Amino acid sequence: MSNAAIPTSAATKEESASALSFYGIWLIAAAALVVLPLIFSSGGSLTSFSLIGIAIIFALSYNILLGQTGLLSFGHAVQYGLGGFLAVHAMNAVASHNWPIPLPAIPLVGGIGGMAFAVLVGWVMTKRAGTVFAMISLGIGELVASSSLILRSVFGGESGVTTDRTSLMPLFGWTFGPQIQVYYLIAFWVMISAIAMYALTRTPLGRICNAVRDNPERVEFIGYDPHVVRYLAYMFAGFFAGIAGGLTAINFEIANSAYLGATQSGLVLFSAFIGGTAYFFGPILGAILVTYLQLGLTSVTSVWQLYFGIIFICIVMFAPGGIAGILMKHRPLIRAGTLGTVIPSYLVAAIPTLALALGIILTIETVARFSGGDAINLLGIPFAATAPTTWVTAAVLLVGGFLVARITWRRVAEAWDRAATVARDRGYLA
Amino acid sequence: MTAAIQVNAVEKSFGNVQIIRDLNLSVAKGERHAIIGPNGAGKSTTFNLISGHIKPTSGEIRLNGEVTSGLRPFEINRRGLSRSFQVTNVFAHMTVWENVRCAVLWATGHRYAFWKNVDTLPEVKQRTAEILDDIHLSHRRDVPAGLLTYAEQRELEIGITVAGGASVIMLDEPTAGMSHAETERAVALIRRLTEGRTLVIVEHDMSVVFGLADRISVLVYGHIIASGTPEEIRGNPKVKEAYLGEEVD
Repeated sequence: MSNAAIPTSAATKEESASALSFYGIWLIAAAALVVLPLIFSSGGSLTSFSLIGIAIIFALSYNILLGQTGLLSFGHAVQYGLGGFLAVHAMNAVASHNWPIPLPAIPLVGGIGGMAFAVLVGWVMTKRAGTVFAMISLGIGELVASSSLILRSVFGGESGVTTDRTSLMPLFGWTFGPQIQVYYLIAFWVMISAIAMYALTRTPLGRICNAVRDNPERVEFIGYDPHVVRYLAYMFAGFFAGIAGGLTAINFEIANSAYLGATQSGLVLFSAFIGGTAYFFGPILGAILVTYLQLGLTSVTSVWQLYFGIIFICIVMFAPGGIAGILMKHRPLIRAGTLGTVIPSYLVAAIPTLALALGIILTIETVARFSGGDAINLLGIPFAATAPTTWVTAAVLLVGGFLVARITWRRVAEAWDRAATVARDRGYLA
Repeated sequence: MTAAIQVNAVEKSFGNVQIIRDLNLSVAKGERHAIIGPNGAGKSTTFNLISGHIKPTSGEIRLNGEVTSGLRPFEINRRGLSRSFQVTNVFAHMTVWENVRCAVLWATGHRYAFWKNVDTLPEVKQRTAEILDDIHLSHRRDVPAGLLTYAEQRELEIGITVAGGASVIMLDEPTAGMSHAETERAVALIRRLTEGRTLVIVEHDMSVVFGLADRISVLVYGHIIASGTPEEIRGNPKVKEAYLGEEVD
């Protein structure tokens, strides 16, 4: 009973404070999107930011399904890819007919494409949730991906369909040739889409989606048809995925079958899950991290997908709430002012954990580069994959790190329990 | 006057096994009707049939005169029937407030709206607050339903059931597993919340049944062997033989 007993006056004060911080967060996000390219203005970082922006919309759209409605889709790239193809065809049509439609409106065409496909297949797909939905989404994904290679007139076969984003009418003197202009176009859509998707969670439909996720059976007994709820959620997810696909088409000036495939569907699942599906901002964090890793790791190692897999398994096993879940777990401790008692144990645990991570990296790279390749460069120290000293170092880091890490993480858990108990006593849920 | 619930010659079989045979039941409007019977008699199945959770093999069920057998649960709910579950069946990851609010949304006409801010709908807010007050959970409004105590979850279960304002309320063992004090509280709550509505209740606790019900039906092996006032049921020799003789003197 005492758990939730935050005094009423504190609650109202908290409410107005949270309203302020709520709008503050959106303003800060908008400002960050405007300022970022001014600080990091190199071509490489502009490209990265553009890709991250698209990934954010895509991951948030995926979370309408997974986090909000409890639908595990293995084929979300279908709507994304079809949005991309439709956007490319729309751009070519607009350019050849000289229609007065500017480029920033094109992602909307992609969104409508993604939604149209969702309307078409969604009713059958969303009849059941769970395994049935997951399997059908996988099947539809493969169906569309393979069709894209067969139906050449629409999908352009292996090479895809190309377009020229500068061939549309300029808007206020912007031709959208330079990457910076494309970045701002993407940033604009990131902001619009994120606000729209957040607003969606605050509507009657958004809340009932949560109810369907938690308990579809009970939803039927409060007047709602869970099938209709899932169908509507699937349409919205398709719409925003289509917008992301349209932006990708603008960014790369091409749409090809890879957009629709299982790899793309897997990546968005990764992003949403690693970021954390229980909170709205989780997939944003996941999209940033996964895109950044994808861009960063590919230039460092040839087996980057292996690291993705390891990260994914670690999140599933040790932090099923994702990054957002880890962060939000600390909120009651911060409020109760007991976070400081946990931090030292974190710092202690960080050392053997880092050693363990280095051991894993060294082992993987040794195996990957044993039969040829560059020397391994770990924190500036070169290791030869064929040298026994490297193997011994890897083994020591791996085994030693693991054994010590286990002890230190147990200490973390103990420190956590103490801090959480204090937080609970002070009236904050933990 | 048309009955609130009218069950006519309903049969239900799962494969070769007949669970419900020739079930006839009539519940008048405004009546508090208890269904009792030994374990496995088909009380929960009867609930599931009336609320649309399962469909009858044959026969007909009417709600306020309208045939509802064959309709889906949400269609029956929209026609004014709401039920609770024997096993607590709430939205575990949502707060107490949101649990009740979800149950208010359809009844207040907001349906699948995706263009309204759910936090600023005045009648939804007011009704949710009233229900929370009624079930004594206002102080727990921001707690995820899954973290409530068992008794609190049972109360929330009742709150969700009545929140939509249905005219017929069906409660499946609302006091199961409760202590004596908790049971008393729950009965008072049920009595107050179902004032002016029709109540159908399945209950094992005979003091609850005889204290609350206007009429009682006794279900044995999927068939109603007697239906009447508590006094009539007490005096019925068939009931005594089949059921009450062993449990109530």
